[in-house]
Amino acid sequence: MKKILLLLLFLSTLGINAQEYFPANTGVKTTETTTYAFTNAKIYVTPTQVIEKGTLLIKDDKVVDVGTAVAIPKNAQIIDLKGKSIYPSFIDLYANFGIEIPKAVQTNMRNSSTAPQYDASREGYYWNDHIRPETDPISLFQFDKKQAKELLNAGFGVVNTHFQDGIIRGNGLLVALNPNATDAYRILDSRSAQYLSFKKSTKSRQIYPNSLMGSMALIRQVYNDASWYSKGLAKNKDLSLEAINKNKNLVQIFEAGGKQNNLRADKIGDEYGIQYVILGGGDEYENIEAIKTTNATYIIPVNFRKAYDVSEPYLADKIALGDMRKWNQEPANLKLLHQNKIAFSLTTNQLKSISDFNKNLQKAFEYGFDKTAALEALTTVPATILGKYNEIGSLRKGSYANFLITSGALFDKETTLFENWVQGSKNVVNSMNIKEISGDYALSLNGKNYDLSITGKSPKLKVEVKDGDTKLKSKLFYADNWLSLMVNSQVDSTKFNRLIARVYPNSDNLSGTATDEKGMESAWNAVKKNDAKEKEKKAEIAKTTILPITYPNIAFGFTEKPKQETILFKNVTVWTGENDGILKNTDVLITGGKISKIGANISAKEAKIIDGTGKHLTAGIIDEHSHIATVAVNESGQNSTAEVSLEDVVDADDIQIYRSLAGGVTTVQILHGSANPIGGQAALVKLKWGETADNLLYKNNDKFIKFALGENVKQANWGNTETVRFPQTRMGVEEVYVDYFQRAKEYDIIKKSGKPFRKDTEMEILGQILNKERFISCHSYVQSEINMLMKVADKFNFTVNTFTHILEGYKVADKMKEHGAGASTFSDWWAFKYEVKDAIPYNASIMHKAGVTVAINSDDAEMNRRLNQEAAKTIKYGGLTEEEAWKLVTINPAKLLHIDNRVGSVKVGKDADVVLWNNNPLSIYAKAEKTLVEGVVYFDTERDLQLRAQVKDERNSLINMMLIEKNNGNDVQAPTKKTPVHFHCDTVLEF
Amino acid sequence: MRKQTIYNLLFLFLTITISAQQTPASKQTADYSIEGATAHLGNGEFIENSLIMFSNGKITFVGSALVKIARIGTVINASGKHVYPGFIIANSSLGLGEIDAVRATLDANEIGGMIPHVQSLIAYNAESKVVESVRPNGVLIGQITPRGGVISGTSSIVQFDAWNWEDAAIKVNDGIHLNWPQNFSEGRPWRGEEAGTKPNKEYLKEVEKIVSFIQNGKNYLNTSKSPKNLPYDALEGLFNGSKNLYVHASGVKEITDAINFSKEMGIPKLVIVNGNDAYKIADLLVENNIPVIIQRSHRLPNNEDDDYDLPYKTAKLLAEKGVVVAIGMEGNMERMNSRNLPFYAGTCAAFGLSKEDALKLITSNASKILGIDAFTGTLEVGKDATLFISEGDALDMRTNKLTDAFIQGRKISLETHQTELWQRYDKKYSSQE
Repeated sequence: MKKILLLLLFLSTLGINAQEYFPANTGVKTTETTTYAFTNAKIYVTPTQVIEKGTLLIKDDKVVDVGTAVAIPKNAQIIDLKGKSIYPSFIDLYANFGIEIPKAVQTNMRNSSTAPQYDASREGYYWNDHIRPETDPISLFQFDKKQAKELLNAGFGVVNTHFQDGIIRGNGLLVALNPNATDAYRILDSRSAQYLSFKKSTKSRQIYPNSLMGSMALIRQVYNDASWYSKGLAKNKDLSLEAINKNKNLVQIFEAGGKQNNLRADKIGDEYGIQYVILGGGDEYENIEAIKTTNATYIIPVNFRKAYDVSEPYLADKIALGDMRKWNQEPANLKLLHQNKIAFSLTTNQLKSISDFNKNLQKAFEYGFDKTAALEALTTVPATILGKYNEIGSLRKGSYANFLITSGALFDKETTLFENWVQGSKNVVNSMNIKEISGDYALSLNGKNYDLSITGKSPKLKVEVKDGDTKLKSKLFYADNWLSLMVNSQVDSTKFNRLIARVYPNSDNLSGTATDEKGMESAWNAVKKNDAKEKEKKAEIAKTTILPITYPNIAFGFTEKPKQETILFKNVTVWTGENDGILKNTDVLITGGKISKIGANISAKEAKIIDGTGKHLTAGIIDEHSHIATVAVNESGQNSTAEVSLEDVVDADDIQIYRSLAGGVTTVQILHGSANPIGGQAALVKLKWGETADNLLYKNNDKFIKFALGENVKQANWGNTETVRFPQTRMGVEEVYVDYFQRAKEYDIIKKSGKPFRKDTEMEILGQILNKERFISCHSYVQSEINMLMKVADKFNFTVNTFTHILEGYKVADKMKEHGAGASTFSDWWAFKYEVKDAIPYNASIMHKAGVTVAINSDDAEMNRRLNQEAAKTIKYGGLTEEEAWKLVTINPAKLLHIDNRVGSVKVGKDADVVLWNNNPLSIYAKAEKTLVEGVVYFDTERDLQLRAQVKDERNSLINMMLIEKNNGNDVQAPTKKTPVHFHCDTVLEF
Repeated sequence: MRKQTIYNLLFLFLTITISAQQTPASKQTADYSIEGATAHLGNGEFIENSLIMFSNGKITFVGSALVKIARIGTVINASGKHVYPGFIIANSSLGLGEIDAVRATLDANEIGGMIPHVQSLIAYNAESKVVESVRPNGVLIGQITPRGGVISGTSSIVQFDAWNWEDAAIKVNDGIHLNWPQNFSEGRPWRGEEAGTKPNKEYLKEVEKIVSFIQNGKNYLNTSKSPKNLPYDALEGLFNGSKNLYVHASGVKEITDAINFSKEMGIPKLVIVNGNDAYKIADLLVENNIPVIIQRSHRLPNNEDDDYDLPYKTAKLLAEKGVVVAIGMEGNMERMNSRNLPFYAGTCAAFGLSKEDALKLITSNASKILGIDAFTGTLEVGKDATLFISEGDALDMRTNKLTDAFIQGRKISLETHQTELWQRYDKKYSSQE
């Protein structure tokens, strides 16, 4: 039925009320057209094209003419709008209007009573249920009059709605909020855009993807597959891919939802030549420079958090400074986006109540957001995004007659929105003909005189009646130009007078009939003395101070990013990590981010001199196995996920970066977890606190991938329902590898042959391993599986670069040495699983003595910041020398990561990633005093003390501001604390 | 040739003992004198070039080696080395679990909310390989504590060289453990709640439940005690001071409420366990003479805004106000990490405490809090000869290398399942050369 109506839409160019070829069975068939002329109005044809005292002429649903010399046809109904203004009505591009958002089903994959679902539920569609581009929301759409009313009251005339479910969601529906017509008219475009997100569909329990990086990889693969499908290379039918190809030329709107995800979405788009329009999160101001470089147009929510209720100090202590700051800073987002010339439209998305839209917008104006820009963001920008500049968003000839009539300047606090016309059809928001009655009056009633004072704007009026200095209880109701006032006697509350009056536009005085408690009627009148006094605004006690943004914008962030320095360490003990060993009383010069000189009596005029007497200088610690600074760790939706990459999900705002710097760490490899035999691609980062995720990543380095063996990949500890994914045994693990490498080999052959092939990211990545362009770091515990993987590698002619954890490495150290594998192990962890019952703290020293390159890793945010101590344990367990021990966390992991030519030792020409310690760095008493990355001091104990003081001060001033906010009667929210997730190898989260 | 024979013999010996536990040492019969070491007494003092003598399991002399006194029994020349009282680990679940991921090996969490009558001691596995592994680091005594529920049960204190739990016990049922409700509660997204931490609206209700349980117990104990009620019977020691009440709580509000609660209930001996924010109300703790068993210093700060070194300096913040502090082991992988206890104390020394004061956290303070200071916790005449010799500073992993260790004067083995594997594979590779 809906489809038929839709068809009509394209055929019909008729007026709103006539459906030309429809039969009429309930009366005679009439054809009606309507013409209105709105005269003497200030007309905003567009936000910047303004006509004073102009006329807007509309016929049926369209603008016929606009200007100062408009010829008004005789049949036009003339509406005089003297003193009033007309604006194009608003457009919201990201709505779920008329389409219910399905409720999220229980997706927690562990401890559930049913087995997880790995395969798709549908047939004839894409292999992944969360890809639903074929969704056509017309079948779900039901015009919602109640919501339409709310939107109309907020000034909206058109919304672009879609089914907010899944990763690729199908097309949007452009709907005019016209309650007076049928869908046949108000659906302006049934294929207005295609929507995407990172979020899975609630319609399927299919596990993949269960991470952000998985969603990203999946979208990429869909594009690969769609392109292959479009060439007719598929043997099967795939309605999803057909829909993707069909929707290709639509505007692509991506729900990213926040500063880091905005960049992630844009990155995917760039890779496939698509410029998404991005739904942001309201926190773009925190990394505005990066946001700017996307060149995307944004859709920005106007959702500002309430102040936190900080009246109980113990609860208030839990709120992070970063969150409190957001309350203070968020309203500046729009201003900053505009200042930075980023194109954006506004949306009501995320608002609990649409009525908050204008309230929040007012707050943004207080923060300096430009009102013209606001109007553009609500009219011309969204119209342009949809390519419908000539139809909506302005009042040029030919446009839909979607406009607002206001009492004055649109975003002025005092302005009343009277009417919101959609498709030439009127919707009253506030009656235009209501006379404002606020003012002070001399009331005479039953021969007595009172002072009557009415304040506010209808319909929210306040009244006060005084008999001399005595205040009388009174209530006022005013609507449709009828006033009724109830006045109680001060002495006797059962004595009251009911006053009623019809208010006339041409008189300021009020008069009518009064009825007393006995039913006696009399006349009353009130003579206006003066207009309501413009109440002096309560001097805002705390003029909101906008706190400076820091990098990152949480506690211990830098107000100004630290710069590269020229530094000369004098008279320090240098742990070179090279053949020179440990040099006492030595100078080290840092210039241009590099170690430029090591020796005695170095002088450098321009250098900042740091006295290293009694102190130790070392290379920065390198952690081969970490999960800090990431928002995801495992994609466990399949047994192989080589296609996902940790590089996609680096989180530069993780406080752990700062804490690790304070432990002397400068480089970490962020590995995928161990939920599957073939995990994802690794990210190698330097801990440059305050930089963006992209700037943390190493450039031009050899790439790595995580593999995993043992209990985690066979899901041994995942609960009784997790028994359906292959492999469930170590035997199966081997077969997974053989199968995938065999296929990757065959894929590689086809690819190199030049024949057409389906681009498969997973196979490409595995192919890189075979071609020695990518290297494996494999989570491993027991000797059998370690041996097995080396044999698989031998069979496919590559080397396993690193066994990570490798707790039984000591049992096969000779074989590892022969194969050429390195080891990155825990110092002393054991007994947490059955497979580590034979783990011993002597492991590192045995492997080292057997000639294996050994590193000590953390896999743990806590241990990561004390790796110096973990290295020192090898002195206790196994008797390594101090020099040997130190290499386990510096040059050795650098070797395993193929970055030993850049970092890992104190050597002339290497990156100045160095740490100054107050003590022997292996001592339990050692503290890192300064940590440098490429010559930039990212951690410094003295500056840390200043930052602590700043955190404290800023918390106090924000708490104070919030107390004032609460005291002023504003809504506040309960304190809340982000629960930090400290990732380990086996952390599996539904995201 | 001869060397090979020795290897073979050794190998034979190793293969025999590879899966067995270390055999507990028998009662001290021969006397010992340790001479020349730096003796760290555990009470804040140390003696350089010391002499320590013990006989029949008890320390008979602690003083300078310069003192002219006859050495007794075997004389161990320990010059250049260090002697310490055996380290004591509080709030530990050692022996109540072997392998974290294998449910069959876990005995720390009983079900039921209020189960003071459940006793950890009888489940304590004296032959645990994990227990064995903590001894070579100097950790010789532990408070074995049940976990879970609101009142988790009753703990006991054991020494780590025993045939069975009866032999191991050095103080039976020292106290009851109560997990205080939290002012803040964690959202459980899998139950449809919002993620993150929110004020706990049920807090008062949860506290009331505890109050009424303890009050009812008290009433029961003050009357006929009939019909018999096992949980209430177990509470008896709380009111006469023979048992500690260990309240596991972290926030200021929770700790303050727990202090008031124990006063109102007439519980004389309260110990705060975990107590992350206890330093904020150190004065209140001192005023009420309440000690704190803090968490390991090797952990992350709880809040994003905390100083990076807050966990490292918590001991100092409390100690400088006069609170008696020990270190406990509740949390992730607590059992296998127990051997790092000395290094937790070492870190406290790196961040504010003197080394001797840091040592007190795992010796005299722990013994005071646990109520075993009459016979252990320091190197003092008359106390148990539970002590060890380390080649160097035992709070530093580089130098924590034990040469000898004694529990009640019994010279214990410092070998473990792990040292045996080490030796086995070390031999394998050296014979390949």
